[in-house]
Amino acid sequence: MADPLLTVRDLRTYFYTENGVARSVDGVSFSVGAGETVGLVGESGCGKSVTALSLMRLVRPPGRIEPGSAIDFKGRDLVAIDEKAMRAVRGAQIAMVFQEPMTALNPVFTVGDQIAEVVRIHKGGSRQEAWRRAVEMLEVVGIPSPEQRAHEYPHQLSGGMRQRVVIAMALVMNPALIIADEPTTALDVTIQAQILELLRELQAKFGTSILLITHDLGVVAETVSRVIVMYGGEIVEEAPVEELFKNAHHPYTQGLLNAMPQVGHERDRLATIPGTVPPPTNWPQGCRFHDRCSYAWERCLVEHPPLYQIGETHTSRCHLAVEPDRRAQPHTPFVVQEASA
Amino acid sequence: MSAPQTAATKPLLSVRGLTKHFPIRKGLFGKATGAVRAVDHVSFDVMPGETLGLVGESGCGKSTTGRMILRLIEPTAGSVEFDGIDLVTLGTRQMRALRRRIQVIFQDPFSSLNPRMSVGAIIREGLTIHRIAEGAAADTRVRQLLEEVGLRGEYASRYPHEFSGGQRQRIGIARALAVEPSFIVCDEPVSALDVSVQAQVINLMQDLQRDRGLAYLFIAHDLSVVEHIADRVAVMYLGKIVELAASEDLYREPLMPYTQALLSAVPVADPTVKKSRVVLTGDVPSPANPPTGCVFHPRCQHPAKDAACAEIVPPLEQKAPGHWVACIKQPPTGVDWAIQQTAGGTKQPTRYLPVLGIPTPSTTN
Repeated sequence: MADPLLTVRDLRTYFYTENGVARSVDGVSFSVGAGETVGLVGESGCGKSVTALSLMRLVRPPGRIEPGSAIDFKGRDLVAIDEKAMRAVRGAQIAMVFQEPMTALNPVFTVGDQIAEVVRIHKGGSRQEAWRRAVEMLEVVGIPSPEQRAHEYPHQLSGGMRQRVVIAMALVMNPALIIADEPTTALDVTIQAQILELLRELQAKFGTSILLITHDLGVVAETVSRVIVMYGGEIVEEAPVEELFKNAHHPYTQGLLNAMPQVGHERDRLATIPGTVPPPTNWPQGCRFHDRCSYAWERCLVEHPPLYQIGETHTSRCHLAVEPDRRAQPHTPFVVQEASA
Repeated sequence: MSAPQTAATKPLLSVRGLTKHFPIRKGLFGKATGAVRAVDHVSFDVMPGETLGLVGESGCGKSTTGRMILRLIEPTAGSVEFDGIDLVTLGTRQMRALRRRIQVIFQDPFSSLNPRMSVGAIIREGLTIHRIAEGAAADTRVRQLLEEVGLRGEYASRYPHEFSGGQRQRIGIARALAVEPSFIVCDEPVSALDVSVQAQVINLMQDLQRDRGLAYLFIAHDLSVVEHIADRVAVMYLGKIVELAASEDLYREPLMPYTQALLSAVPVADPTVKKSRVVLTGDVPSPANPPTGCVFHPRCQHPAKDAACAEIVPPLEQKAPGHWVACIKQPPTGVDWAIQQTAGGTKQPTRYLPVLGIPTPSTTN
């Protein structure tokens, strides 16, 4: 892997709510290399979106990034720098693509104005220059007749076109890193294919690093080179994409892969993960997945597993790494035993 | 009128020429200046105990079709026959009585349950309205239903906000089952759920179907979910059914170029598979102003596409046993070459089956 562009160390983002402290992101460490595409995968409530917002320092009270967290980006700690310095990074060096393009765009400005605004804020220069740059970017992201489209408002564009505009806005300052939070979830499958293709092309062209946040393992398999799986506010597994799909180690990752219906596969019963993701105010003791796991034993109830090194580039937060024989004894998960009791 | 039939048994639901045009009104007096053709002459059957999948992208008319069957939207034209009764001409009271046999499960488990009613009251409502059970008998029935969908009986006194998305969808299912229907319209029932929870709900729906002989109209945009649950699948594009076949046939050998593109766009969760993809360019045209002839022709990648495609409205015809396709360029077709030539056709129909990336692990890169 190339020299890391972004290194996150022990990131903790907690929300101080009436119902207790929500430890949404609870000790996350990972890195993204220059020009690399990394996937951050998990179900709702696992902490993946809060991780993204933390990297952009967009966490609002009652949430805050806890002391001791470090986000090293190009040699600077983004947690420590002041808001003014952060504003120069946000949008210019790290840009974000959100899930819902209709809410990410301002409905009362033309799309050209909105892209030009980014240029003027970060680079200054004349209005004409910024506008020219906006039109250029619209062309780069494959919007037909960009000169006319730049004068249109978001509601005049289709969902796929809007997402292209959002990508144009993210790319206009040629950032080193793009954080794409579920960029295709709101789109139809044929439009999703277009947008993923566009992201791949643009990455090859500009060498931008991408942190792709998604719940869709299909999108991950086709787009990224390395996958990070999150559960309960923590990373539970990390591996290169082929390795993860071939040799998933963590029972949660295996459960996710098996639960997914796939086109062209046998029509038998879907495997499920019983129970639901626990609330972030009350993560289970020991391993956070233990109540839903088919292999959990006494150790998992009391001892919080570290990220074990499974292979050279493969880590897993599961005690099976040191007691692999336990895999031969699957049982009914505790959550089911309790429910039927 | 010929329409897709399956076997000799009598269909439970028969939809013929179902159409919904929403008027576009302009000006001071709201004069209709045009129409959005949300659903245009849709015909299909659902057999007892069968799951028919209805797939398509947003705006293709699949939800409107489901809602017309339930008479939540009044059709502009066409008929919906349920067990020999035409639903479209039924009066309000008769329709209400029939709703005992036709139920619905909605997409959003958050907005489809009344937040001010306890779960027990929600499930009980149908029992009361249809005079199925009262008092203690109703309480027992509610508990039974909750247990049947995998929840605890004592949850009856709780309120919807106390439950997760998957649990709420189970409550929605229990509510539908309360009146013992034979047919359920499922409008994107698992789209809002996470993968692991989605699998639980799909399995539950399959178990209930097996135990109770339910028929489902399963409306969804997720093609892999539909393949898993449906016996037959209908693909909609711009208000029309463009392909209808047994699930295995449709996914193995899609014949309509739109279905081919749609299937090839589904990401495969296997990084070793290199998919050859039919990437559709552009967006779906507006249903207020659909293309002439075949509605898909401006985006079609069929090599024999020509001027005839913009002229002739392709009939939904049987290309193989039980495999209905609306494409005049995919042989065999009842639209003769001579007719196509008169309409400006220059290319003879040819069989077109682009290589799809349906998992055939490749060793080469």
